[in-house]
Amino acid sequence: MDFDFSDDAKALREQARKFFDERAGPAVARASMNGTASFDAALWQAVVDLGWTAARVPEAHGGVGMSSEAACVLAEEAGRSLAPIPLAQALAATEALIALGTPEQQARWLPGIADGSVVAVTGWAEGGTASPAKASAKVDGGAINGTKSPIADLAAATMAIVSAAGPDGPALYIVDLKGEGVGVAPVDTLDLVRRHGTLTLSGAAADPLGTTAGYHDWLDRAAILGSFEAMGTATAAMDMAVAYAKERTAFGQKIGRYQGIKHKCADMYIKLELARAHALHAAWAMEAGAAELRQAASAARVASLDALAFAAEENVQIHGGIGFTWESDCQFYYRRNRALVAALGSRNFWADRLVRSLEQRNAAAA
Amino acid sequence: MDFNDTPDDAEYRAKARAWLATAAADYRDPPARPVSRGENVPESRKWQKIKHAAGYTGITWPKAFGGQGLSPMHSIIFNQEQSKYHAPTELFAIGLGMCIPTVFTHGSPALIERYVAKALEGEEVWCQLFSEPSAGSDLAGIRTKAVRDGDDWVIDGQKVWTTNAHLSDFGIIVTRTDPSAPKHKGLTMFIVDMHAPGVEARPLKQMSGGSDFNEVFFTGVRVSDSHRLGAVGDGWKVSLTTLMNERLAVGGKPGHAPGYRDLMALAARIETDMGPAIEARDVRQRIAVTYIADEGIRLTQMRALSALSKGEAPGPEQSISKVVVAKTMQEMAAFALDLSEASGFTTAGGDPGLHKLQGSYMASAGLRIAGGTDEILRNIIAERVLGLPGDMRPDKDTPFNEIRAA
Repeated sequence: MDFDFSDDAKALREQARKFFDERAGPAVARASMNGTASFDAALWQAVVDLGWTAARVPEAHGGVGMSSEAACVLAEEAGRSLAPIPLAQALAATEALIALGTPEQQARWLPGIADGSVVAVTGWAEGGTASPAKASAKVDGGAINGTKSPIADLAAATMAIVSAAGPDGPALYIVDLKGEGVGVAPVDTLDLVRRHGTLTLSGAAADPLGTTAGYHDWLDRAAILGSFEAMGTATAAMDMAVAYAKERTAFGQKIGRYQGIKHKCADMYIKLELARAHALHAAWAMEAGAAELRQAASAARVASLDALAFAAEENVQIHGGIGFTWESDCQFYYRRNRALVAALGSRNFWADRLVRSLEQRNAAAA
Repeated sequence: MDFNDTPDDAEYRAKARAWLATAAADYRDPPARPVSRGENVPESRKWQKIKHAAGYTGITWPKAFGGQGLSPMHSIIFNQEQSKYHAPTELFAIGLGMCIPTVFTHGSPALIERYVAKALEGEEVWCQLFSEPSAGSDLAGIRTKAVRDGDDWVIDGQKVWTTNAHLSDFGIIVTRTDPSAPKHKGLTMFIVDMHAPGVEARPLKQMSGGSDFNEVFFTGVRVSDSHRLGAVGDGWKVSLTTLMNERLAVGGKPGHAPGYRDLMALAARIETDMGPAIEARDVRQRIAVTYIADEGIRLTQMRALSALSKGEAPGPEQSISKVVVAKTMQEMAAFALDLSEASGFTTAGGDPGLHKLQGSYMASAGLRIAGGTDEILRNIIAERVLGLPGDMRPDKDTPFNEIRAA
């Protein structure tokens, strides 16, 4: 049995952690929040130069051809560091092209993603609904109409993969953002570091990427990458809370001695390790193409959102008043929690998807 | 990543599986009626002897002590295969899992010679005499005393929560031998003969109605100094050997305990005022949460197995197991009983699914305490894994006989 990442993936994780420790983190996030740029272009160029947008791209398309484990560890480290770059988005888009793209689509987009000349994002959310059946974006005769919002890092992007109602149900479509009928505008959200945008499509050319079954498969894969990202962010929030509990004194002792504080920290760890077990299982299911993919991805999504919400909220609480100030870094994790929920659907949506997959498995076994 | 055995592990599993297919054939089905621990003693002995003859006991123990000298992975593989049968293994679990490893780690050569082999072949049954009415989580606060008298020690006091005490031949007992030393320093461990004059085991009735434990009274019980485990005053250190093994043993979800599948089956049958229960959002949320805990712990154990099979030490994530399992059992059972309205409350009648959930609701209250309470386990995670400072222990350095309850 080998229920752990490969040595290659672990080495990449170490490299990414070291790089982001030096080049990203809360101070860089704050600079991004205070600045006017939609992302940190110098940091992004450094990440492209390190080959991380190419890690997952097959060698035939100018990439490194690593397994999906590479995408998982990069997503986790991006999440931990709050790096204001479109890396998580690029990873999700790359996964869609690899899983669902035709040879022509892959040849057109993957080399550019690998070398940084294409910045790809994915757009799933649409205001108040998580139901793909109720999506407003619709495709008819190769043209797409509707609004996708909010989309993370949209201003940085040159290409978007969006979900929309197609003739046979929800599906993914590639939209060249330099084409006709495409409107991009910034939209304010609770996350002040990761900039979001609204994509307005008025008869833009929509290139179908896979089928409706493929759409669901991609949603599971994107949820897995999002789970690793959320775990990274939750780990950073937990580390921040634990560090403060070791340093802050009240009533003559470190607050980390009080069970009221240390048990919160223990619960952060418990929730994170449950999430990690499911996320690892889901990473295995994704790479192996296992039948458990939907169930594993849904569980990883719910468990990681739970871990992040708890760590982000209780991190503020453990810091007390200082944690509620604008100057404290607590707000970054608290706000990012909302961004990661909005990107791919809430806990309710995914808990239901998990139970549905368990029901289908039971029905198949009966 | 893969979930397959290594070639060596696969070979061992195939061998164990083939052997069990014949040797454990009688245990393929559950017993026709529930059998009490006492009634099960002869059958438990028989199965232990059969395993012993075939080399499936003491799998991880050194060969010098009659073990097989194999890795923890081999032991886990055998237990996985054995658990597919209904063989009686409970009687020896504490003795062989906790007591005897303490004997061969801290006992004299003469004690090892006298006791280890007899326990391993199922000849003698052992219990662990640690907790007391006034010392549970704070185990170092025990009051049972041992006083030196020539070559003997004389033991007086009371132990509690002692599994199998009424069926045991021997026990390991932690006693206070120096009340003038601080609480952790004045303790000494002995082997005690459970049939000696002055030992009385009384079954303790739990709030669930069952009797899995005993309280044990010691009145002037004589133990030879040759039956001491470790040095005088080293009892705390010796008991840590035993407890380390206990936390591993109490870790996973009890095999018979209901899980998310039971909740799904129940919800599929229940019709609420607002329609089928299985379609209600709160029910689906609870199924998801229960699945995440049940399966999350199973997968966390796989991570530990994976490390073991590579010859590495498991990571600290194992420490979350019991604290998640016990509380999840309780919350899930409570939710399921709520969903069943008054039927969930009524114990008369014959719905086995509801009886199982009621049993789990009652048992989980005990599981949250046994082998380290939820609170102690959170302290351990916070202090040992996350490195937070230890709880205040105002009595730590005070001589035991000067400690006064506040």
